[in-house]
Amino acid sequence: MMRLFPLTLASLWNRRLTAGLTVVVIALSVSLLLGVERLRSDARASFASTVSGTDLIVGARSGPVQLLLYSVFHIGDATNEISWPAVQRIAARREVAWVVPLSLGDSHRGYRVVGTSADFFKYYRYGDRRALAFAAGDPFGPVFEAVVGAEVAARLGYREGARITLAHGSGEHVAEHGDKPFSVVGVLAPTGTPVDRSVLVSLESIEAIHLDWQGGAPIPGLKIAPEMVRKFDLAPKRVTAVLVGLENRAMVFRLQRAINEDTREPLLAILPGVTLDQLWDVVGIGARVLLAVSALVVAVGLAGLVAVVVASLGERRRELAILRALGAGPRDVFFLVAAESVLLTLAGCVLGVALVQVLVFSMAAWLQANYGLAVSPGWPVGREWMLLGAVMLAGLLASLVPALRAYRQSLADGMMVRM
Amino acid sequence: MNSQQGLALEIAGLVFAWPGEAACLDIAAFSMSAGEKLFLHGPSGSGKTTLLSIIGGVLHASAGRVKVSGVELAALGAHARDRFRADEIGFVFQLFNLIPYLSARDNILLPCRFSAARRRRIADAGTTPADEAQRLAARLDLPPELLDRPAMALSVGQQQRVAAARALIGRPALVIADEPTSALDADRQVRFLDLLMGECAAVGAALLFVSHDRRLTGHFDRVVNLAEMNRAIAEIAA
Ligand SMILES: Nc1ncnc2c1ncn2[C@@H]1O[C@H](COP(=O)(O)OP(=O)(O)O)[C@@H](O)[C@H]1O
Ligand SMILES: [Mg+2]
Repeated sequence: MMRLFPLTLASLWNRRLTAGLTVVVIALSVSLLLGVERLRSDARASFASTVSGTDLIVGARSGPVQLLLYSVFHIGDATNEISWPAVQRIAARREVAWVVPLSLGDSHRGYRVVGTSADFFKYYRYGDRRALAFAAGDPFGPVFEAVVGAEVAARLGYREGARITLAHGSGEHVAEHGDKPFSVVGVLAPTGTPVDRSVLVSLESIEAIHLDWQGGAPIPGLKIAPEMVRKFDLAPKRVTAVLVGLENRAMVFRLQRAINEDTREPLLAILPGVTLDQLWDVVGIGARVLLAVSALVVAVGLAGLVAVVVASLGERRRELAILRALGAGPRDVFFLVAAESVLLTLAGCVLGVALVQVLVFSMAAWLQANYGLAVSPGWPVGREWMLLGAVMLAGLLASLVPALRAYRQSLADGMMVRM
Repeated sequence: MNSQQGLALEIAGLVFAWPGEAACLDIAAFSMSAGEKLFLHGPSGSGKTTLLSIIGGVLHASAGRVKVSGVELAALGAHARDRFRADEIGFVFQLFNLIPYLSARDNILLPCRFSAARRRRIADAGTTPADEAQRLAARLDLPPELLDRPAMALSVGQQQRVAAARALIGRPALVIADEPTSALDADRQVRFLDLLMGECAAVGAALLFVSHDRRLTGHFDRVVNLAEMNRAIAEIAA
């Protein structure tokens, strides 16, 4: 059998144009499949680590996914808030190492304003437990200073010293806090998380701009000048959500239960990782559909391979009859033709893997910059090998079609082709 | 070497019918001695090519015995019959003998890919397949520079001589030629026949030469008319 292998190669080389095109088609479909899988798993990983290092997220009682959406992704609004005493009670618990309160509700030119404490920069983690880094400047001070995320800075052209005003609410109906401008004191490095699209200010700043407001509108006739706000008590009364870090992760379920069963105020504590997974089940559908479509494209590629090899059998009847006369059995003919298809599939897979490497290498920077998606170049991993194996298996099965046909043909033709 | 003694071919009581048809071959007895040069003729459709496929072990008789070089083909399995054909029989057909995209040299060497016995006989003769291919080509009037051309770039006459060299490499017991000259013009037919016969004699192979052109019979040890020998045809004719 191995002695026939050079014949397979020579025969393929003789039909190098169609064989080459077939390999290219398979390579393109394989690279699509692997590329989508790479994107899917990287998107999943980056999604799953939008918040890492936070053990619990606490908000007013609602659904877990809803709490995650508004507190981390800034999608939708909280229907209720947490009272400041409740935050202090959580912070005071022995098993709690730190709390970072988040106060949402204001916006700046379409970007969410996040009122928080300076601890946010210390404790917020994303990705592989990476801390936030400053591209320029420093954390905000007590009042009227803002830190902007990477995308905000890039899109709006903000640098240290820029003067910005916040708006009450978000979306279309916003009322400007025009009388109390902020200065940008820091710009964060890109993270690929919603932090990039945030304007971060202190909780005190949030209190200060709302001193002369009530129920979402300025109080008529009351105007408190910016330099006067320090005379007021700027301690927050309510916040939207709290990120909680524990001394010992093992306590997380006990604390979650304690918070959820607190009778003084209806609260909800969620484990961000678990809820992110639930959320991915929904948003990941697109990626799974894409993967299924890519698998179909591979199937189409293999169908093309079968068509090309079967079509070639017609013009190769004489060739196969000659081999019979020289002592090849129908089984040899079977393997000769099967080996050809398998070889084309293998070449397609190898070229496809190479193509994905090139694509990932050349597009990684662009994806990171534009979508905050960290795509990892490198050899296929885990599931990608499984997919390649599946493609090879499908190629093997596909090869049976022309091989069986050649087998039957050579049994019928023998050494002579009757034309 | 068994091709030098006994019979190269021995057929007894052979009956063959294509599926769903009346018997096409019915031969009481037919044999060739080792090294014999036999001319087999008969009108078109008399079953010449069918008989050659049976001798090659590609078709199977429904009754009777076929022995090639003393080996009963029916006693071998399909795989062993293919191997036996590779080892002991060389074929030359009327046309399209060669794998078009392989060089003339690689075409001549093809049987060595399939047959360990041919490789061994070449080694026993103290040479290599490549040298043997070159030697046979030279004997058959094929200049060395031609050997590296792809088969499809050769003239029909050159292709037939490459096919003859391929049939002969590694000393098979029997060379079967099915109308190998009918695509050649008259002087080339005789020239080809001389070369083929000369080399068959040199390697000790019996030659079963099939043609409907009886002008060539003079060169042969024996001439057989299949139409007379084949009782299936004789019956129809009667
Ligand atoms: N593959 C086949 N299937 C069915 N009948 C065949 C096949 N090959 C040959 N025959 C029939 O067998 C008979 C002998 O054919 P063949 O051996 O080719 O004759 P020849 O070589 O003497 O011209 C013819 O009647 C032919 O139609
Ligand atoms: Mg014929």
